Amino acid sequence: MNAYYLAILQGAVLTVGVSLSALLVAMVLGLAGAGAKLSGRPVLVALATSYTTVIRGVPELVLMLLIFYGGTIGLNHLLEALGSEATVDINPFVAGVLTIGFIYGAYMTETFRGAILAIPKGQIEAAMAFGMGRTQAFLRITAPQMVRYALPGFTNNWLVLIKATALVSLIGLQEMTYLAKQASAATRSPFEFFLFTAALFLIYTTVSLLVLRRINARYSLGTQRGRLQ
Amino acid sequence: MKKRLLALALASLCTLSFAQGKDLKVAIDPTYEPFTFKTPDGKPTGFDVDIARALCEQIKRKCVFVEQVWDSMIPGLQAKKYDVIISSLSITADRLKAIDFTDKYYNTPSRIVLKKEVSYSGPASIKGKKIGVLKGSTQEKYAMGELKPAGVTVIPYEAQDQVYLDIKAGRLDGTVADFVEVTGGFLSKPEGRDYVLAGPELFMEKYFGTGVGIGLRKGDAALKGELNAAIKTLRDNGTYKKINDKYFKFDVYGK
Amino acid sequence: MNWAVIFEPQNLALFGTGIVTTLTLLLSSLAVGAVMALAFALALTGPWAPLRWLVGAYTYFIRGTPLLIQVYLIYYGLGQLEWIQARWDSVWPWTHFKEPFFCALLAFSLNTAGYTAEMLAGAIRETSAGEIEAAQAYGMGRWQLMARVVLPSALRRTLPAYSNEVVMMLQSTSLASAVPSLIDVTGAASRIYSDYYLPFEAYLSAAAIYLVASFCLIGLFKFAEGRLLAYLAPRKS
Repeated sequence: MNAYYLAILQGAVLTVGVSLSALLVAMVLGLAGAGAKLSGRPVLVALATSYTTVIRGVPELVLMLLIFYGGTIGLNHLLEALGSEATVDINPFVAGVLTIGFIYGAYMTETFRGAILAIPKGQIEAAMAFGMGRTQAFLRITAPQMVRYALPGFTNNWLVLIKATALVSLIGLQEMTYLAKQASAATRSPFEFFLFTAALFLIYTTVSLLVLRRINARYSLGTQRGRLQ
Repeated sequence: MKKRLLALALASLCTLSFAQGKDLKVAIDPTYEPFTFKTPDGKPTGFDVDIARALCEQIKRKCVFVEQVWDSMIPGLQAKKYDVIISSLSITADRLKAIDFTDKYYNTPSRIVLKKEVSYSGPASIKGKKIGVLKGSTQEKYAMGELKPAGVTVIPYEAQDQVYLDIKAGRLDGTVADFVEVTGGFLSKPEGRDYVLAGPELFMEKYFGTGVGIGLRKGDAALKGELNAAIKTLRDNGTYKKINDKYFKFDVYGK
Repeated sequence: MNWAVIFEPQNLALFGTGIVTTLTLLLSSLAVGAVMALAFALALTGPWAPLRWLVGAYTYFIRGTPLLIQVYLIYYGLGQLEWIQARWDSVWPWTHFKEPFFCALLAFSLNTAGYTAEMLAGAIRETSAGEIEAAQAYGMGRWQLMARVVLPSALRRTLPAYSNEVVMMLQSTSLASAVPSLIDVTGAASRIYSDYYLPFEAYLSAAAIYLVASFCLIGLFKFAEGRLLAYLAPRKS
């Protein structure tokens, strides 16, 4: 019995890996999408808007199955068409990371866009007046302040992302949900294994919440809050 | 700049794995005790797995086992996720349309499994009962073709051991399964106490095919030849018997 | 690409069954979940601390674990408990736990109830203090206050966030395919994929169905927001 629990813990490491990698992809896509939406150029805005709309309208599971099953076949057809003998295999880890990153990139786009819009425009104008280039202005002025405004939405997206990693078990990645399902079927005791996995997820989300709260406190130094009470 | 491009190129290569070289990727569905299953610490084991390892030794390649859900075994093979399927895949006319098979390496019949108290005298006698089957298996084809028209509720599951889980929970009244698999994976365990094999041995070729073989992509003639020769070698030099006796008290090679 | 296969009658029928199952699951779990959410939200903002902690622990569990695990726990996990097994052949309501549809419905309802309860509780807490004081000055008791002043306004203010929740619940119903024997839209697509080896056609069709359904839902909610939250809209002069 204990060997099964140990195996699920090893799967937990994979879960953390998938979620962190997907977060990276999501943040890159989110910044790109926010940039596209705020750029004002019609083509970019249309592209970004259709991106966020499609993601909101299609289930994560369907996207994951499409990329995992369809993607491999598609890539192999492409390679055959190009005349190559090699075969390509998108393993479940990559398919999961790309799908989840792609999906949450859309949510991050909205979060980052709202955060960038919240920064007073005068600050960017002042930066330009000082002679800072676009990149410099972004790195020195926009980004640090954006963090504070983006954190609540970012925290929410991250917590939902963690839970979405359970879906990667359905395309065969041996993370903790997959191993729990196999263990429960083999030993005919699903309750304990799924409860154990649920507890692991709870630990993960709680630790994330605590870490993000500390980051929020650090980035909110020096700001004033209205007295509500 | 050049370094960055190189790094990017190398990083993107890591996501692709080019299938050349000595490794033989073998697909298994490890929910099929005693043919294909996993030890608690996750190592594949069972009759199919041992045969695969023996064959790999014969053709001098390293076996790398890839887990796969049963109903996407064949699509995965066609998508080149692995090179062969050694997981109790029956040779049937339908499957031969999509993929190729080696000669058989075992052949056992399927049986219907029901509670002791139920008397079985043909599909109509269990009308209204719920029978669980493995999605994409020959037993599912049989159940859909013979039992469903007689009024039996057939429910496909994605893994055979989940069928046993639901039988144990009481959601199912029985199953149609390979008789060796159901004996080793269910009837010999405590939860299978009240269940027995019912009805005759099921050998109908149109549903169950002509035995279990190794699945390969069409056009992979070289590998097929190698594996056929290896199977014959195993049968002749006694290795097959050794693996057979480790799991079973009789010869599963069949007729 | 072989789209003709999708339009064969038996496959269209399969998708049709899938759509019916998905919509039934969605609407019934939203209905049941909404009723539970109201009760839970009242408990979360109520005066009894133990009740607050109990419901708080419940929402913490629901929001901290994946829906897939919750579905597995209810379908497989509860089915394992002897207490339930002893009763579910004869005693109502435990007979329903045998059915996959009921288990999926329960899991989805509990999930949406957990999230909606927190949303509603937040909206209740943010009700303008002046309105509450005025109602109390009028001599309204706690329940009257809730029913006449707080809830109408809180329910309206939850509408934008709730519309998000409804659309997400539509996407979450795709997890019903993880329960054996339930054929929803995703399950139908998976069936077509494994029968004909056509992943693109099958899953793109499923995606299109979900997109259309989402657009309809979002449109419905925009209309509702226009009517019920008209007082929060910017002035048209």
